[in-house]
Amino acid sequence: MSEAHRAAATAPARSSSADGAYVLSAQGITMRFGGLVAVNNVDFDIPRGGIVSIIGPNGAGKTTFFNTITGLYKPTSGRMIFEGRDITGTSPSDITALGIARTFQNIRLFANMTALENVLVGQHSRLRSSVLSSVLRTAKMREEEVRAREKGIEILRTVGLSYAAEELAKNLPYGAQRRLEIARALGSDPKLLLLDEPTAGMNPFETSDLIQFIRDLRTRLSLSILLIEHDMKVVMGLSERITVLDYGQKIAEGSPAEVRANPRVIEAYLGRAATITG
Amino acid sequence: MQRTANSPQTAGSGSLFPAPKKASRSSMIVAGVLSVFLLLLPVPQLLSEAGIVRLPIRFDQAFLNAAADTAAFTLLALGLNIVVGYAGLLDLGYAAFFAIGTYSYAILASSLFDLHVPFWIMLIVSGIITALFGVVFGAPTLRLRGDYLAIVTLGFGEIVPIFILNLDQLTGGTNGIAGVDKPAIGSIIIGANNDNISFYYLGLLLIALVVFIINRLRDSRMGRAWMAIREDELAAATMGINTTTAKLWAFGLGAALSGFAGTFYGSHLGFASPGQFSFSQSVLILCMVILGGMGNLWGVMLGAVVIYLLQTVVLIQFPTWISNLAKDTDLDFLVNFNQNVRLTDYTFFIYGIILVLFMLFRPEGLISSRRRKLELHPESEKISDQERQDLYDVRETNQSDTDVKGSQP
Repeated sequence: MSEAHRAAATAPARSSSADGAYVLSAQGITMRFGGLVAVNNVDFDIPRGGIVSIIGPNGAGKTTFFNTITGLYKPTSGRMIFEGRDITGTSPSDITALGIARTFQNIRLFANMTALENVLVGQHSRLRSSVLSSVLRTAKMREEEVRAREKGIEILRTVGLSYAAEELAKNLPYGAQRRLEIARALGSDPKLLLLDEPTAGMNPFETSDLIQFIRDLRTRLSLSILLIEHDMKVVMGLSERITVLDYGQKIAEGSPAEVRANPRVIEAYLGRAATITG
Repeated sequence: MQRTANSPQTAGSGSLFPAPKKASRSSMIVAGVLSVFLLLLPVPQLLSEAGIVRLPIRFDQAFLNAAADTAAFTLLALGLNIVVGYAGLLDLGYAAFFAIGTYSYAILASSLFDLHVPFWIMLIVSGIITALFGVVFGAPTLRLRGDYLAIVTLGFGEIVPIFILNLDQLTGGTNGIAGVDKPAIGSIIIGANNDNISFYYLGLLLIALVVFIINRLRDSRMGRAWMAIREDELAAATMGINTTTAKLWAFGLGAALSGFAGTFYGSHLGFASPGQFSFSQSVLILCMVILGGMGNLWGVMLGAVVIYLLQTVVLIQFPTWISNLAKDTDLDFLVNFNQNVRLTDYTFFIYGIILVLFMLFRPEGLISSRRRKLELHPESEKISDQERQDLYDVRETNQSDTDVKGSQP
């Protein structure tokens, strides 16, 4: 039922946009920092409802690319099209309001706020109460608060953290903090969820839980998901399409099987990774 | 599941978590006792005036005079707490807004230009004027973070008193503005004939109003946005918070409260002079916020009372107390001490020592917010135990969650 709801909401954008099959299209994105080209002329699409991954060696420009999507960086050139709409140069808060949410590689929770407050902040762009209505505590504001808290608890429950709703984020253990980051991102009702190394530092048990959880999320909320990940088990097991970056360039794209067999990828990434881990 | 949370079927689950936090019973009792105490504070004075009891000389008008000024500084501390305690913006020039608030009232409600705008209207007008200045100062500077913002606000704190000093046609320059109006209700003038009692009550009333407003803001969308910015500005922006707007609100509201305080202070003193708003005042107010307990309303108010009384009563009276004690007890070492050491030279030294000791032993402030207490004295062991348990339960929990949802109509 929720899928139908969401599909109805996004239907106009889909029909009006020429590339309606894609929730996000990056067209020739280049990000230059002085002399350093972190991302070089990358074209990239995320199919609606798909789970896609970006992989690449350290410093390949993956997180930089993430930051251009979420508006933290304005790309030096290129266009970012989300739901048929040019979002290049839009502020991070507006991009979140449009329906893109993210997590961070190095956990960036609001450490001294409770888990529930973190999720409530995630809902910020979906809440409407003004300062004045908050001071007056209008009926509408109260109702919105109650609903937001119910929804917050609900989201915490889906990531298995409802017991810690009133606990400060910083006092949660590592794995729980990672899950709270996802919960916080879900607060904004995203259409596209960007996960920056969600399994970093997790044990194999937690990792396989998270893989299942991400799959569930996608179907339950009809999300599109973009993943940066180093754990090849996660990447290969989860993604439908994989894009490989190396020195800011896109060197390969395709299904997990195709990417695995691509000699350039093996040379640039898997070969090197194999020698390191082996 | 996000959609279902909005649907009427699950609306009944509100009982699971009563939304707006209710104050606990014990804090209600403390608040009750405290307000009765504060309300009864002037009673000895009244009895003494009526000739029923005789009070010690020290307990005269000066005491309630200090109490009324304390009320003004409490308002200031509450205002700065929004900026520093909630939004985490280190403002070292808060006295600038205090100055603008006081002068707004002094200019518009004194015989200087023969304008006599009523106090009650000026409360709002000064609030608006200072809020505007807050936004004007804030807009170009709030993109700065941490130390840089502190330096810029420090600059504003220096610039404003100098401006006031030199705009002598508007502000009376070094002479200041005398004969500032007292508040009036109809024909009754509050604080006529140096009546500090009514001023004291007026101060309490204003504080109650401000606490009421801030208390509601803290648990609102904007309050959470401020705290998120304090914690991690970049993450806050990524979560959909327009950080510039939220910071401007904090700065503007904080400034508006200093306009409130300035109007009250100016009308109580009946005088405004540029020397009242130096850097040390900014630091004084900041000390109140930090020492009292950043982010905690009760703490900040207690901090204001403690520091103001420490500075204006205890430290000034301290040498007299010691010399009296030496005279009364006739203990050799006290007499010697009193003859050889001029304690008046050491007041700021003692003040400093007290501040340092405080920060060493109670870094979270007199009354810490739950948040700060958890931050500085984490009870993480308990939760990590729970988490270890949870790790093994998470699969089951997720399973049973979906079961529960599935069984719902």
